[in-house]
Amino acid sequence: MTWVTLTALLSHWRCNRLQFFALVAGLALATALWSGVQAINAEARASYDAAAATLGEGQFDQLVPRSGDRIDQATYIALRRAGWQVSPVLEGRLRTNAGSVRLVGLEPLTAPGTIAPVGMSEDANLDDFLTRGVLFAAPDVADALGRTVAQRIITDPSIAPGVALTDIGVAQSLLDAEGRLSRLIVSPLQPMGLPPLEDIAPGLLRQPAQDAGADRLTDSFHLNLTAFGLLSFAVGIFIVHGTISLAFEQRRSMVRTLRALGVPLRTLIGLTVLELSLFALVAGGIGVALGYVIAAVLLPNVAATLQGLYGASVAGTLQLRPDWWLSGLAIAVLGTGLAASGALWAIARMPLLSSARPRAWAVASGVTARRLGALAVLLFLTGIGIAIWGQGLTLAFALLACLLIGAALILPLLLRSAVTLADRQARSAMWQWFWADTRQQVPGMSLALMALLLATAANVGVSTMVSSFRVTFVDFLDQRLAPELFIRIEDTAQSADLEAFLLTNASDVLPLLTVDTDVAGVPTELYGVRVGPTYRENWLFLDDTPDVWDRVEAGRAVVVSEQLARRAGLWTEDTVTLAPDLTLPIAAIVADYGNPLGQALIAEPLFRQLYPDVVPVSFGVRSDDPDRLRRTLTEEYGLPDAAITDQARIKAFSLEVFERTFTVTGALNVLTLAVAAFAILMSLLTLASIRVPQLAPAWALGLTRRRLGQLELLRAVVLALVTTVLAIPLGLMLAWVLLAYVNVEAFGWKLPIYLFPAHYAMLTVFALAAAALAALWPAIRLARTPPSDLLKVFANDR
Amino acid sequence: MVLTVQDVKKSFPGAEGEVPVLRGVSLTLERGETLALTGESGSGKSTLLHLIGGLDRVDGGSITVAGREITDMSDTDRAALRRTDVGVIFQQFNLIPSLTVEANIAFQARLAGTYDVAHAKRLSAALGLTDHLLKYPEALSGGQQQRVAIARTLTARPKLVLADEPTGNLDEATAAEVLGQMLALVRETGAGLLMVTHSQSVARRMERHVHLSQGHVV
Repeated sequence: MTWVTLTALLSHWRCNRLQFFALVAGLALATALWSGVQAINAEARASYDAAAATLGEGQFDQLVPRSGDRIDQATYIALRRAGWQVSPVLEGRLRTNAGSVRLVGLEPLTAPGTIAPVGMSEDANLDDFLTRGVLFAAPDVADALGRTVAQRIITDPSIAPGVALTDIGVAQSLLDAEGRLSRLIVSPLQPMGLPPLEDIAPGLLRQPAQDAGADRLTDSFHLNLTAFGLLSFAVGIFIVHGTISLAFEQRRSMVRTLRALGVPLRTLIGLTVLELSLFALVAGGIGVALGYVIAAVLLPNVAATLQGLYGASVAGTLQLRPDWWLSGLAIAVLGTGLAASGALWAIARMPLLSSARPRAWAVASGVTARRLGALAVLLFLTGIGIAIWGQGLTLAFALLACLLIGAALILPLLLRSAVTLADRQARSAMWQWFWADTRQQVPGMSLALMALLLATAANVGVSTMVSSFRVTFVDFLDQRLAPELFIRIEDTAQSADLEAFLLTNASDVLPLLTVDTDVAGVPTELYGVRVGPTYRENWLFLDDTPDVWDRVEAGRAVVVSEQLARRAGLWTEDTVTLAPDLTLPIAAIVADYGNPLGQALIAEPLFRQLYPDVVPVSFGVRSDDPDRLRRTLTEEYGLPDAAITDQARIKAFSLEVFERTFTVTGALNVLTLAVAAFAILMSLLTLASIRVPQLAPAWALGLTRRRLGQLELLRAVVLALVTTVLAIPLGLMLAWVLLAYVNVEAFGWKLPIYLFPAHYAMLTVFALAAAALAALWPAIRLARTPPSDLLKVFANDR
Repeated sequence: MVLTVQDVKKSFPGAEGEVPVLRGVSLTLERGETLALTGESGSGKSTLLHLIGGLDRVDGGSITVAGREITDMSDTDRAALRRTDVGVIFQQFNLIPSLTVEANIAFQARLAGTYDVAHAKRLSAALGLTDHLLKYPEALSGGQQQRVAIARTLTARPKLVLADEPTGNLDEATAAEVLGQMLALVRETGAGLLMVTHSQSVARRMERHVHLSQGHVV
């Protein structure tokens, strides 16, 4: 019985291949977009984890120099002798013929247990590592290193991309840094009664675990990608839901017949679940494969984006990780279950003797639309409540969900209202029929139009967010990169001499004095700046008080970054304690995007008073002719060219990075819109069989088939236009929630929102073109419907 | 006795409370016997047929089919009864549109596990369906579709055949032809036949005739 019943159920799909294609393709596309984005995220996270595991980033406290970037080896020895369980690390860039490699030197005997190349146990023992100069390298740099250094290279996939590990002695030799270290890793297990760090190494600062990792910086990007993937999946699930609902509606009479012939309800539901699970697994498998392709195509751009924006290395190639393809299959099955739950519930509740007359699927009552509308209003009210009183990332996402689901649910009601309004303006009989018929089609097309609404809103929202981020970041770069040249030196002894040289050759010199400290309990970079026209003219504040720079210059106020202000719960005119006997009011809040640490700025004289031993190793330099100054510095003063950075080049590079970001989000935008167009195509094609009996009377009364086809096309475009117009404000609200709520909750900074009307106009044109393209084939098919098929509608007996 | 209906009562909820449709109906049917059930619209003919077929539950009284009391049976047991002992022929044919004619004819017998290819072929030939076996139902006329429904029921060799206006959707000539074929084949299988009909001419071709009026046998 089971097999016979399953055969009968499956036969439906054999006879309705288009519907089957819609189901599988919708599910596959939904899974593809979701798992594609997840694959990119998983790959990036795996790279960070590898970096953290091999380099100890974020896992352990570290000792770093208060100024400069090198620690003397004698300091390390002094700490060890005093009982401090610390392990040295030296980092530097090693030039190879294929670019530079980040070389990390470790001391395996003192390093905490998890910090070591995984490959050590397999291909080389500790003795090799210590005495024979083995380099463990990430696969992407192994070949280039092999051609550059004499040491043996062992490829280790667990090492972060672009990185090589070796013994610290080998690293010192290769980096020409004898007797120098970059930082010290502090073991979590320390003996009792240790002497204070200040007594043994006053020049070092203890940096707590976590803050060194790149995770927090890149989380923003990943969070946005994940939100986008989820939205794309939701769009796909609307297609699946529409297809399953239609299929179940068409199988209603079959279900009744099967039950009348003796198939128990439980068997029927069980087999339906089995049937859908099989489809979900097949479509999910296809979706995961497609997702892999999408991720493989986009990953180089994502890797470049993350590398450029945040300095995080992500491998440019993709691995098939079981966790993401399994999660892709799981979400396909879950999504199908979600989409089919209503239909299964209807089967379970359907009385055996209910009418077998196929209920016109498209003719849903206005009552349903009104009920959905009421539910939408409830969701909107909940969202407003969250926006006013809610706090936390989960509630921020709940707000997003209320907004998007509510908008999707209220769409049929709004479309009906719009069509009714148009109907009232209609004068001729044909247009009255057209609008009345359009109103009848709204329920049948509403799922596809909801998909279009979400896709377009996501498109508007994400584009607005990324574009706002770009505008803000470019302004930020203009502000921070105002000096034409930036100089960084290694030798602190050279500082005073260089400054004197610069003062005679440049129009303005801006030394950057910095220490890492704690302000209001938040790890903070404290800067001492030389207040002058550059700061006064270029810096923009999120919030400020009168005479900011005058007060800062006089040592009577401090400027703090947004991250520090939000984390410490401070704002302008609040006070912060910078030293035991120094408490200053906050004169202004400044944006500092992408920085996990807080920032505080005070005037140079005050800084020198607080930290007399700190000398500047970085200088911003203003010049009317930066090229000439650069030549003077290298040729006359003898500064290595690598120590000088051309700020214009940094800006150009940053903008290039943003263009890459746009490639990723742009590709996802196009894909999501394509999925929505596919939803419209599928719903129109599946509705076509229902349409013939509805259109036959109009044909019989004098409308040509060609005219009917044109009206079908027009109907799809009109409905898509109304949907797109509604999607634009929804997308802007989505962007506002992402920028004003999710970003603040997740990362501590708020981005201003900018509007891009030209982009929205272009998007509307694309959405209409997509809808018209999707409606074209069904309209042509309809226009070519043989008269005999239309006549059958009027025949009672065949 | 293949069917015994004893004092069966059934009501349905209406705008002004419960509306009694069957007010204590009793009847019997022997194996191989044919019985016409007539009555005006709303007299409860189809309701009685559905109760006998286990498609609905009685409010009172009892029904015994092929020696099994069905009134207290679970849904699963009643489904099993429909697979093995009862065949239902509907006015709307109720074929499975996505299966071929051949698969439709075999369907109930395969559900019951009693499919006999030779028997199915003979029935198909007797009903003039041999040339249509590979077609789908939508390609057939109404009369042909009803023949397929009859073949589907009889291929499963039920002990009791219930027919609800099986020729109600057909023109007079086709109806007469289909009815003749159905009666001949039912007699051949030895099943009992209970047919609901409005038509006196159809009723006259049955061995016995029961008339329902206002929920009573008259």
